[in-house]
Amino acid sequence: MTGTLGTALVAATSIATHASWVDVGTFSVAAAIILAGAVGVVVARNPVHSALMLVMTLFGVAVLFVLQRDPFLAAVQVIVYAGAIVVLFLFVIMFLGVDREENIALEPLRGQRPLAIGLAVLGTTGLLLLGQVSKWTTGAPHVAGVDAGKQSNVYLLGKSVYTTYLFPFEATAALLVIAVVGAVVLARRPPAVTDPTIDSPATDTDTDTGTDTGPGPVADRNDPQAGGSTPSTETPSTETPSTETVSASEEARS
Amino acid sequence: MTISADWYLGLSVVLFSIGALGVMIRRNVLVMFMCVELMLNAANLTFVTFARQLHDIGGQVLVFFVLVVAAAEVVVGLGLVVAIFRRRANATADDLHLMKG
Repeated sequence: MTGTLGTALVAATSIATHASWVDVGTFSVAAAIILAGAVGVVVARNPVHSALMLVMTLFGVAVLFVLQRDPFLAAVQVIVYAGAIVVLFLFVIMFLGVDREENIALEPLRGQRPLAIGLAVLGTTGLLLLGQVSKWTTGAPHVAGVDAGKQSNVYLLGKSVYTTYLFPFEATAALLVIAVVGAVVLARRPPAVTDPTIDSPATDTDTDTGTDTGPGPVADRNDPQAGGSTPSTETPSTETPSTETVSASEEARS
Repeated sequence: MTISADWYLGLSVVLFSIGALGVMIRRNVLVMFMCVELMLNAANLTFVTFARQLHDIGGQVLVFFVLVVAAAEVVVGLGLVVAIFRRRANATADDLHLMKG
Protein backbone atom coordinates (compact mmCIF):
# COMPACT_ATOMS: atom_id res chain seq x y z
CA MET A 1 0.00 0.00 0.00
CA THR A 2 2.72 2.47 0.94
CA GLY A 3 4.81 1.34 -2.00
CA THR A 4 1.93 1.94 -4.36
CA LEU A 5 1.30 5.29 -2.76
CA GLY A 6 4.94 6.29 -3.08
CA THR A 7 5.23 5.33 -6.71
CA ALA A 8 1.96 7.07 -7.51
CA LEU A 9 3.16 10.22 -5.77
CA VAL A 10 6.49 10.24 -7.57
CA ALA A 11 4.91 9.53 -10.94
CA ALA A 12 2.16 12.09 -10.49
CA THR A 13 4.50 14.85 -9.40
CA SER A 14 6.90 14.15 -12.25
CA ILE A 15 4.25 14.64 -14.91
CA ALA A 16 1.53 16.85 -13.52
CA THR A 17 3.65 19.92 -13.22
CA HIS A 18 0.82 22.35 -13.66
CA ALA A 19 -1.48 20.69 -11.21
CA SER A 20 -1.73 22.03 -7.71
CA TRP A 21 -0.34 20.05 -4.84
CA VAL A 22 -3.75 19.48 -3.35
CA ASP A 23 -5.00 17.91 -6.55
CA VAL A 24 -1.93 15.75 -6.96
CA GLY A 25 -2.07 14.54 -3.38
CA THR A 26 -5.78 13.82 -3.51
CA PHE A 27 -5.46 11.98 -6.79
CA SER A 28 -2.53 9.91 -5.58
CA VAL A 29 -4.21 8.88 -2.35
CA ALA A 30 -7.48 8.10 -4.12
CA ALA A 31 -5.70 6.10 -6.81
CA ALA A 32 -3.83 4.10 -4.20
CA ILE A 33 -7.09 3.42 -2.35
CA ILE A 34 -8.82 2.37 -5.56
CA LEU A 35 -6.08 0.01 -6.68
CA ALA A 36 -5.56 -1.51 -3.25
CA GLY A 37 -9.30 -2.10 -2.93
CA ALA A 38 -9.55 -3.62 -6.39
CA VAL A 39 -6.68 -6.00 -5.76
CA GLY A 40 -8.26 -6.84 -2.42
CA VAL A 41 -11.57 -7.72 -4.08
CA VAL A 42 -9.81 -10.15 -6.37
CA VAL A 43 -7.48 -11.82 -3.91
CA ALA A 44 -9.60 -11.94 -0.74
CA ARG A 45 -10.61 -15.45 0.21
CA ASN A 46 -13.64 -14.48 2.20
CA PRO A 47 -16.50 -12.91 0.18
CA VAL A 48 -17.24 -10.53 3.07
CA HIS A 49 -13.72 -9.15 2.83
CA SER A 50 -14.18 -8.78 -0.91
CA ALA A 51 -17.33 -6.74 -0.35
CA LEU A 52 -15.59 -4.46 2.15
CA MET A 53 -12.70 -3.96 -0.25
CA LEU A 54 -15.27 -3.08 -2.89
CA VAL A 55 -16.58 -0.33 -0.60
CA MET A 56 -13.03 1.02 -0.39
CA THR A 57 -12.70 1.13 -4.16
CA LEU A 58 -16.09 2.78 -4.60
CA PHE A 59 -15.19 5.44 -2.07
CA GLY A 60 -11.95 6.18 -3.91
CA VAL A 61 -13.84 6.54 -7.18
CA ALA A 62 -16.22 8.95 -5.42
CA VAL A 63 -13.24 11.01 -4.31
CA LEU A 64 -12.07 11.20 -7.90
CA PHE A 65 -15.56 12.32 -8.95
CA VAL A 66 -15.32 15.16 -6.46
CA LEU A 67 -11.89 15.99 -7.79
CA GLN A 68 -13.38 16.34 -11.28
CA ARG A 69 -15.98 18.87 -10.12
CA ASP A 70 -18.79 16.37 -10.08
CA PRO A 71 -20.15 16.35 -6.54
CA PHE A 72 -23.61 15.03 -7.35
CA LEU A 73 -22.35 11.81 -8.88
CA ALA A 74 -19.94 11.37 -6.01
CA ALA A 75 -22.82 11.55 -3.56
CA VAL A 76 -24.88 9.17 -5.67
CA GLN A 77 -21.91 6.84 -5.91
CA VAL A 78 -21.56 6.65 -2.16
CA ILE A 79 -25.29 6.40 -1.47
CA VAL A 80 -26.29 3.97 -4.21
CA TYR A 81 -23.18 1.87 -4.60
CA ALA A 82 -21.71 1.75 -1.13
CA GLY A 83 -25.02 2.21 0.63
CA ALA A 84 -27.32 -0.02 -1.38
CA ILE A 85 -25.49 -2.37 -3.71
CA VAL A 86 -22.74 -3.47 -1.36
CA VAL A 87 -25.22 -3.80 1.48
CA LEU A 88 -27.26 -6.03 -0.81
CA PHE A 89 -24.15 -8.07 -1.53
CA LEU A 90 -23.40 -8.42 2.17
CA PHE A 91 -27.00 -9.31 2.89
CA VAL A 92 -26.96 -12.09 0.33
CA ILE A 93 -23.59 -13.35 1.58
CA MET A 94 -24.84 -13.51 5.16
CA PHE A 95 -28.21 -14.91 4.12
CA LEU A 96 -26.68 -17.73 2.15
CA GLY A 97 -24.03 -18.45 4.74
CA VAL A 98 -21.18 -18.54 2.25
CA ASP A 99 -18.92 -16.32 4.31
CA ARG A 100 -16.32 -19.01 4.69
CA GLU A 101 -12.88 -19.17 3.22
CA GLU A 102 -12.44 -20.38 -0.29
CA ASN A 103 -9.52 -22.49 -1.34
CA ILE A 104 -7.89 -20.20 -3.87
CA ALA A 105 -4.93 -22.47 -4.54
CA LEU A 106 -7.21 -25.04 -6.13
CA GLU A 107 -7.25 -24.65 -9.87
CA PRO A 108 -9.88 -26.79 -11.56
CA LEU A 109 -9.17 -25.63 -15.09
CA ARG A 110 -5.54 -26.22 -15.85
CA GLY A 111 -3.79 -23.19 -17.27
CA GLN A 112 -6.76 -20.88 -16.77
CA ARG A 113 -5.09 -18.64 -14.25
CA PRO A 114 -1.83 -17.93 -16.15
CA LEU A 115 -3.85 -17.39 -19.29
CA ALA A 116 -6.13 -14.91 -17.52
CA ILE A 117 -3.20 -13.03 -15.99
CA GLY A 118 -1.46 -12.91 -19.35
CA LEU A 119 -4.58 -11.59 -21.04
CA ALA A 120 -5.05 -8.92 -18.39
CA VAL A 121 -1.43 -7.76 -18.55
CA LEU A 122 -1.55 -7.75 -22.35
CA GLY A 123 -4.75 -5.74 -22.41
CA THR A 124 -3.48 -3.24 -19.87
CA THR A 125 -0.20 -2.61 -21.62
CA GLY A 126 -1.96 -2.43 -24.97
CA LEU A 127 -4.42 0.19 -23.77
CA LEU A 128 -1.76 2.21 -21.98
CA LEU A 129 0.50 2.17 -25.04
CA LEU A 130 -2.45 3.18 -27.18
CA GLY A 131 -3.03 6.09 -24.85
CA GLN A 132 0.61 7.09 -25.13
CA VAL A 133 0.87 7.05 -28.89
CA SER A 134 -2.51 8.60 -29.62
CA LYS A 135 -4.76 11.18 -28.14
CA TRP A 136 -7.19 9.89 -25.57
CA THR A 137 -9.76 12.62 -25.93
CA THR A 138 -11.17 13.21 -29.35
CA GLY A 139 -14.53 14.52 -30.39
CA ALA A 140 -16.50 17.71 -30.40
CA PRO A 141 -16.78 19.53 -27.10
CA HIS A 142 -20.11 19.99 -25.32
CA VAL A 143 -22.44 18.32 -27.78
CA ALA A 144 -25.01 17.36 -25.19
CA GLY A 145 -24.75 20.55 -23.19
CA VAL A 146 -22.15 22.55 -21.36
CA ASP A 147 -21.10 21.10 -18.04
CA ALA A 148 -20.12 24.37 -16.46
CA GLY A 149 -21.48 27.84 -16.23
CA LYS A 150 -23.30 29.96 -13.75
CA GLN A 151 -25.56 27.15 -12.65
CA SER A 152 -24.46 24.35 -10.39
CA ASN A 153 -23.59 20.87 -11.48
CA VAL A 154 -26.80 19.46 -10.04
CA TYR A 155 -28.91 22.00 -11.91
CA LEU A 156 -27.29 21.20 -15.24
CA LEU A 157 -27.48 17.49 -14.69
CA GLY A 158 -31.14 17.61 -13.72
CA LYS A 159 -32.00 19.84 -16.64
CA SER A 160 -30.24 17.52 -19.04
CA VAL A 161 -31.92 14.44 -17.60
CA TYR A 162 -35.40 15.95 -17.79
CA THR A 163 -35.07 17.48 -21.25
CA THR A 164 -32.53 15.82 -23.51
CA TYR A 165 -32.49 12.44 -21.87
CA LEU A 166 -36.13 12.24 -20.84
CA PHE A 167 -36.91 9.04 -22.70
CA PRO A 168 -33.91 7.08 -21.33
CA PHE A 169 -34.84 8.34 -17.90
CA GLU A 170 -38.36 6.97 -18.26
CA ALA A 171 -36.90 3.75 -19.62
CA THR A 172 -34.83 3.35 -16.45
CA ALA A 173 -38.07 3.52 -14.46
CA ALA A 174 -39.41 0.61 -16.49
CA LEU A 175 -36.09 -1.18 -16.06
CA LEU A 176 -36.21 -0.84 -12.30
CA VAL A 177 -39.78 -2.13 -12.14
CA ILE A 178 -38.83 -5.10 -14.31
CA ALA A 179 -35.82 -5.79 -12.10
CA VAL A 180 -37.93 -5.72 -8.95
CA VAL A 181 -40.52 -8.07 -10.44
CA GLY A 182 -37.78 -10.35 -11.72
CA ALA A 183 -36.09 -10.48 -8.33
CA VAL A 184 -39.36 -11.32 -6.61
CA VAL A 185 -40.13 -14.07 -9.12
CA LEU A 186 -36.62 -15.51 -8.87
CA ALA A 187 -36.44 -15.44 -5.10
CA ARG A 188 -39.94 -16.82 -4.60
CA ARG A 189 -39.94 -20.23 -3.05
CA PRO A 190 -40.87 -22.83 -5.65
CA PRO A 191 -43.93 -25.00 -5.03
CA ALA A 192 -43.49 -28.01 -2.81
CA VAL A 193 -43.38 -30.50 -5.67
CA THR A 194 -39.72 -30.70 -6.54
CA ASP A 195 -38.33 -32.33 -9.57
CA PRO A 196 -36.48 -35.44 -8.40
CA THR A 197 -34.14 -35.39 -11.37
CA ILE A 198 -32.66 -32.06 -10.39
CA ASP A 199 -31.86 -32.26 -6.72
CA SER A 200 -31.88 -35.64 -5.22
CA PRO A 201 -29.18 -35.52 -2.56
CA ALA A 202 -28.02 -39.06 -3.21
CA THR A 203 -27.00 -38.32 -6.80
CA ASP A 204 -25.58 -34.94 -5.93
CA THR A 205 -21.94 -35.36 -6.81
CA ASP A 206 -20.02 -33.09 -4.54
CA THR A 207 -17.08 -31.74 -6.50
CA ASP A 208 -16.30 -28.79 -4.33
CA THR A 209 -13.08 -27.68 -2.85
CA GLY A 210 -13.25 -29.54 0.39
CA THR A 211 -14.07 -26.47 2.44
CA ASP A 212 -17.62 -27.70 2.54
CA THR A 213 -18.20 -28.97 6.02
CA GLY A 214 -21.85 -29.74 5.69
CA PRO A 215 -24.97 -28.56 4.00
CA GLY A 216 -24.94 -25.12 5.59
CA PRO A 217 -28.07 -23.22 6.45
CA VAL A 218 -29.26 -23.14 2.88
CA ALA A 219 -30.03 -26.78 2.38
CA ASP A 220 -33.24 -27.40 0.58
CA ARG A 221 -35.91 -26.41 2.99
CA ASN A 222 -38.68 -27.94 0.93
CA ASP A 223 -37.26 -31.39 1.19
CA PRO A 224 -36.99 -32.53 4.79
CA GLN A 225 -34.75 -35.41 3.81
CA ALA A 226 -32.06 -33.11 2.49
CA GLY A 227 -31.07 -31.93 5.92
CA GLY A 228 -28.02 -34.06 6.47
CA SER A 229 -24.79 -34.17 4.61
CA THR A 230 -24.36 -36.38 1.60
CA PRO A 231 -22.97 -39.53 3.21
CA SER A 232 -25.45 -39.40 6.08
CA THR A 233 -28.36 -39.26 3.68
CA GLU A 234 -26.94 -42.09 1.68
CA THR A 235 -26.77 -44.40 4.65
CA PRO A 236 -30.47 -44.22 5.50
CA SER A 237 -31.32 -44.65 1.85
CA THR A 238 -29.35 -47.89 1.80
CA GLU A 239 -30.72 -49.00 5.13
CA THR A 240 -34.34 -48.22 4.49
CA PRO A 241 -34.96 -50.91 1.86
CA SER A 242 -33.41 -53.55 4.12
CA THR A 243 -35.70 -52.71 7.04
CA GLU A 244 -38.64 -52.64 4.69
CA THR A 245 -37.80 -56.06 3.33
CA VAL A 246 -37.37 -57.37 6.86
CA SER A 247 -40.76 -56.05 7.91
CA ALA A 248 -42.29 -57.37 4.71
CA SER A 249 -40.83 -60.80 5.32
CA GLU A 250 -42.12 -60.73 8.90
CA GLU A 251 -45.57 -59.86 7.66
CA ALA A 252 -45.40 -62.67 5.15
CA ARG A 253 -44.28 -65.08 7.86
CA SER A 254 -47.17 -64.12 10.17
CA MET B 1 -4.97 23.60 -13.26
CA THR B 2 -6.01 20.11 -12.47
CA ILE B 3 -4.50 16.75 -13.18
CA SER B 4 -4.46 15.79 -16.83
CA ALA B 5 -6.98 13.27 -18.10
CA ASP B 6 -4.27 10.75 -18.94
CA TRP B 7 -3.86 9.81 -15.32
CA TYR B 8 -7.55 9.26 -14.78
CA LEU B 9 -7.80 7.18 -17.93
CA GLY B 10 -4.72 5.13 -17.09
CA LEU B 11 -6.13 4.48 -13.65
CA SER B 12 -9.42 3.33 -15.11
CA VAL B 13 -7.57 1.06 -17.54
CA VAL B 14 -5.81 -0.62 -14.64
CA LEU B 15 -9.03 -0.82 -12.62
CA PHE B 16 -10.89 -2.40 -15.53
CA SER B 17 -8.11 -4.94 -16.04
CA ILE B 18 -8.15 -5.93 -12.38
CA GLY B 19 -11.90 -6.41 -12.58
CA ALA B 20 -11.64 -8.50 -15.74
CA LEU B 21 -8.89 -10.57 -14.15
CA GLY B 22 -11.11 -11.21 -11.17
CA VAL B 23 -13.99 -12.34 -13.34
CA MET B 24 -11.65 -14.71 -15.14
CA ILE B 25 -9.90 -16.30 -12.18
CA ARG B 26 -12.42 -16.33 -9.35
CA ARG B 27 -14.94 -19.14 -9.01
CA ASN B 28 -17.28 -17.70 -6.43
CA VAL B 29 -20.29 -16.22 -8.18
CA LEU B 30 -20.66 -13.36 -5.71
CA VAL B 31 -17.03 -12.31 -6.06
CA MET B 32 -17.41 -12.42 -9.82
CA PHE B 33 -20.32 -10.02 -9.48
CA MET B 34 -18.17 -7.69 -7.42
CA CYS B 35 -15.49 -7.76 -10.09
CA VAL B 36 -18.12 -6.79 -12.65
CA GLU B 37 -18.89 -3.83 -10.41
CA LEU B 38 -15.21 -2.91 -10.51
CA MET B 39 -15.32 -2.89 -14.31
CA LEU B 40 -18.45 -0.74 -14.27
CA ASN B 41 -16.71 1.73 -11.97
CA ALA B 42 -13.75 1.93 -14.32
CA ALA B 43 -16.13 2.78 -17.14
CA ASN B 44 -17.83 5.39 -14.94
CA LEU B 45 -14.51 7.02 -14.17
CA THR B 46 -13.77 7.16 -17.89
CA PHE B 47 -17.14 8.76 -18.60
CA VAL B 48 -16.66 11.44 -15.98
CA THR B 49 -13.14 12.15 -17.20
CA PHE B 50 -14.28 12.59 -20.78
CA ALA B 51 -17.20 14.72 -19.63
CA ARG B 52 -14.78 17.04 -17.89
CA GLN B 53 -12.38 16.98 -20.79
CA LEU B 54 -14.98 17.85 -23.43
CA HIS B 55 -17.04 20.08 -21.13
CA ASP B 56 -20.06 17.93 -21.88
CA ILE B 57 -22.78 17.08 -19.41
CA GLY B 58 -23.73 13.93 -21.37
CA GLY B 59 -20.96 11.86 -19.79
CA GLN B 60 -22.25 12.57 -16.32
CA VAL B 61 -25.81 11.72 -17.34
CA LEU B 62 -24.53 8.45 -18.74
CA VAL B 63 -22.85 7.64 -15.43
CA PHE B 64 -26.21 8.22 -13.79
CA PHE B 65 -27.81 5.67 -16.11
CA VAL B 66 -24.97 3.22 -15.57
CA LEU B 67 -25.66 3.42 -11.84
CA VAL B 68 -29.32 2.57 -12.42
CA VAL B 69 -28.48 -0.33 -14.70
CA ALA B 70 -25.89 -1.61 -12.24
CA ALA B 71 -28.45 -1.57 -9.45
CA ALA B 72 -30.96 -3.49 -11.57
CA GLU B 73 -28.30 -5.96 -12.66
CA VAL B 74 -27.21 -6.63 -9.10
CA VAL B 75 -30.80 -7.17 -7.96
CA VAL B 76 -31.54 -9.70 -10.69
CA GLY B 77 -28.15 -11.36 -10.42
CA LEU B 78 -28.38 -11.80 -6.69
CA GLY B 79 -31.91 -13.15 -7.11
CA LEU B 80 -30.46 -15.73 -9.47
CA VAL B 81 -27.71 -16.55 -6.98
CA VAL B 82 -30.26 -17.03 -4.20
CA ALA B 83 -32.35 -19.28 -6.44
CA ILE B 84 -29.29 -21.34 -7.35
CA PHE B 85 -28.07 -21.61 -3.77
CA ARG B 86 -31.47 -22.85 -2.72
CA ARG B 87 -30.97 -25.91 -4.90
CA ARG B 88 -27.29 -26.46 -4.19
CA ALA B 89 -25.66 -25.57 -0.92
CA ASN B 90 -22.27 -24.76 -2.39
CA ALA B 91 -22.33 -23.30 -5.85
CA THR B 92 -19.25 -22.08 -7.58
CA ALA B 93 -19.36 -21.06 -11.20
CA ASP B 94 -18.04 -24.48 -12.18
CA ASP B 95 -20.97 -26.28 -10.59
CA LEU B 96 -23.62 -24.45 -12.57
CA HIS B 97 -23.94 -26.88 -15.41
CA LEU B 98 -27.62 -27.73 -15.17
CA MET B 99 -28.24 -26.63 -18.72
CA LYS B 100 -25.39 -28.63 -20.19
CA GLY B 101 -26.72 -31.03 -22.81
